[in-house]
Amino acid sequence: MTSSIEVGKLVKTFGPTRALDGLDLSVATGEVHGFLGPNGSGKSTTIRVLLGLLRADSGITTLLGGDPWRDAVTLHRRLAYVPGDVNLWPNLTGGEIIDLLGRLRGSLNKKRRADLLERFDLDPTKKGRTYSKGNRQKVALVAALASDVELLILDEPTSGLDPLMEAVFQDCIREVKAEGRTVLLSSHILAEVEALCDKVSIIRLGKTVQSGTLTQLRHLTRTTIVAETAEPATDLAELQGVHNLLSDNGRVHFDVDTAHLDEAMRHLTSFGIQSLTSHPPTLEELFLRHYGDAVTEDAESQRPDGASASNKSAS
Amino acid sequence: MRTLTGTGTLVRLILRRDRIRIPLWLIGLAFFALSSASGVQGLYRSRAELAAAARIVEDNPAFIAMNGPAQALDTFGGRAAWEIGAFGLATVALMSMFLMGRQTRAEEESGRMELVRAAVVGRHAPVTAALTVVAGVNLLLGALVSAGFIALDFPTRGAFVMGGAFAAVGLVFAALTAVTAQITEHTRGVYGITGALIGLAYVLRAAGDIGNGSLSWMSPIGWAQAARPFAGERLWPLGLALVFSALLTYIAFALGSRRDVGAGLIAPHPGPPVASNWLARPLGLALRLQRGALIGWTTALFLSGLAYGSVGQDVEELIGDSPEMADMLAQAGGNIVDSFFATTILMLALLGSGFSIQAALRLRSEESSGRAEALLVTGISRARWALAHLTVAIVGAAIVVGAGGLGTGISYGLSVGDLGQIPRLLGASLVHLPAVWVLTGLAMALFGLSTRAAMIAWAALGASVVIGFFAQLFGFPDWVRDLSPFTHTPQVPAADPTAGPLVILFALAVGLVALGLWAFRRRDVTTP
Repeated sequence: MTSSIEVGKLVKTFGPTRALDGLDLSVATGEVHGFLGPNGSGKSTTIRVLLGLLRADSGITTLLGGDPWRDAVTLHRRLAYVPGDVNLWPNLTGGEIIDLLGRLRGSLNKKRRADLLERFDLDPTKKGRTYSKGNRQKVALVAALASDVELLILDEPTSGLDPLMEAVFQDCIREVKAEGRTVLLSSHILAEVEALCDKVSIIRLGKTVQSGTLTQLRHLTRTTIVAETAEPATDLAELQGVHNLLSDNGRVHFDVDTAHLDEAMRHLTSFGIQSLTSHPPTLEELFLRHYGDAVTEDAESQRPDGASASNKSAS
Repeated sequence: MRTLTGTGTLVRLILRRDRIRIPLWLIGLAFFALSSASGVQGLYRSRAELAAAARIVEDNPAFIAMNGPAQALDTFGGRAAWEIGAFGLATVALMSMFLMGRQTRAEEESGRMELVRAAVVGRHAPVTAALTVVAGVNLLLGALVSAGFIALDFPTRGAFVMGGAFAAVGLVFAALTAVTAQITEHTRGVYGITGALIGLAYVLRAAGDIGNGSLSWMSPIGWAQAARPFAGERLWPLGLALVFSALLTYIAFALGSRRDVGAGLIAPHPGPPVASNWLARPLGLALRLQRGALIGWTTALFLSGLAYGSVGQDVEELIGDSPEMADMLAQAGGNIVDSFFATTILMLALLGSGFSIQAALRLRSEESSGRAEALLVTGISRARWALAHLTVAIVGAAIVVGAGGLGTGISYGLSVGDLGQIPRLLGASLVHLPAVWVLTGLAMALFGLSTRAAMIAWAALGASVVIGFFAQLFGFPDWVRDLSPFTHTPQVPAADPTAGPLVILFALAVGLVALGLWAFRRRDVTTP
């Protein structure tokens, strides 16, 4: 499998600020790649470097086999971009802007344009200044999706869309994927990422902290167990890989590292399991583990915030 | 008074946001006024010299059209007030316009006003806060000017009326901007309409001052000059300005009560669902975006040209009456009508540079809004995108400046029955183009280096205006005069056109554009 985006040890500074600090990112051709990270972690900066709008200080950046800075113009004909904050020309209509961006890129599928306007329920005769945030995003989405490009770079493209339009967006991305095109999707909407993405990269403070398929990422983390036992379960805390243990009248609640799951379950059975629920870590939990300031390199930390995270996701 | 809740906090917000801008305007304008005043004290040694100079002014409608009516020009105060003149007062009006527009419509257009208005802030608080600050700035400017004139030993009463004239003009145009900010949705529109009205106020008083004076009463700048600082002061014309400002403020409030936040008074209409073939290329887009400005500037310069051309004949008729003028002409070795037109065409060319810089700096606003980014990722190169807007700036400058020359030629040609004046004066205006393009190129070069630096191009235009019209008064040394590209342009039709300097200016303009393109391709595109 060839790769569409290959970024290694990317560094970009703005004055004293180190926005990207040795970031790595690899997106294979044909995959939908989720790009996650807290606000200000460097997602948009990475995307702007990939688009040749910012010049990297050091590191390797390969986009569709070319150098995004040197080959910007030729590469841009093969990709489409939707920014998170879409700013339109106030006195041009939505339809004019879609055509303008499409024709400048050199590819605009007229049939698909009409189809997308219909599906996104967008009025192309309105002037740019009169669109709401969601409708401005639709203009940029239609312009990008109506083109026949190999790579879509989407920077929080659905932050202003309603749930109905979110569903339309997800359908469109599935179609794009079925056609064998590549998508880099930066998003905060975890349900969207779980539904669409083959692979995920999580970045923080300008560095990649996790990258892989969702299954791989889950494997790297913990499973949450809630069990009721006939006798009160003891000595759980002494087991390897058990975290955030809470016990209350024969009921235990803990997280266990996937590598030590078997051991923990054997131990638990000896007390007579009466009820058991377990769930794999949700993306939200992955997220919180990697985002929160309290989370450090030290995974053995016994702070109760892991428990509160799982409560939230269970609700 | 609930509609005014929060005004105090907003006043502090504005003062914080404009803590650099306001002092710069104040220092700049006060320095201009007071250095003009002390320039007069340095240039003329006696009342007799003043009287001789006054006769030249009184006999020359071009001077009167430019600066104002000849009032007590044989006194130092009268002369200083005249030198500062309508030009200085129009600059005060521009200050009020920019400070007001920035705090009212620009805030609404950016969406920040929505955030403010959703807090505990009354409907009229933002405009009241902006008016309070700008009125305060104008009063402070008036006080600085008055104090400066007194410190320079000018008569106290005249000094106060001089400061009052500054403040009065500023107040009227602050209130006027409050009204125009209610009408259009765009800050650009606010500046367009208000700027045109400032131009109209300037031209009306020019026509009035040359004619029987009645038109001058239609102009707030005319009222300020009718207060006659140092020339038998009277206060009631300043009162007229105050009453008019209050009326405009009332209108602004009334209009503000009738509209939605962010909206203008004119409802937007639907447009075409698809783009024309012409639009979907960089040049087509640049032209579409700048069409309004190009048409507006072309019309304004054509009309100004018509106005200047129409007084050309009066200039001619006056020569016979004025021995001083004849002497001066003999020394200058030119024809008075031609030297009059050389001056007015230089003025039109400087105005045209304003358009050209504005058009080139469209690159900057497109970039900082993030719209450039959307285009630059579609596969057009940075150079091609920049050149599209530059083409509008460069060709547009020729159209705008040419319209000024054409207007001058048409009205003068028709009034003297010599249509040969049309190509002659059109040509005279086009001779200034290489100098105009140097400023365009400078704007591009600065933009290429950084978006922040780009605004320095306006300072360069300001410096060229000051050098063009006040170099003698301020006694600038030659090397300072040489900094303006217009110094090197032959003053056609008074002087013969020579190709040498024009070729050098043109090469300089090309070099600056190339430098700008080179630098722009090497820097980061600014994040909105």
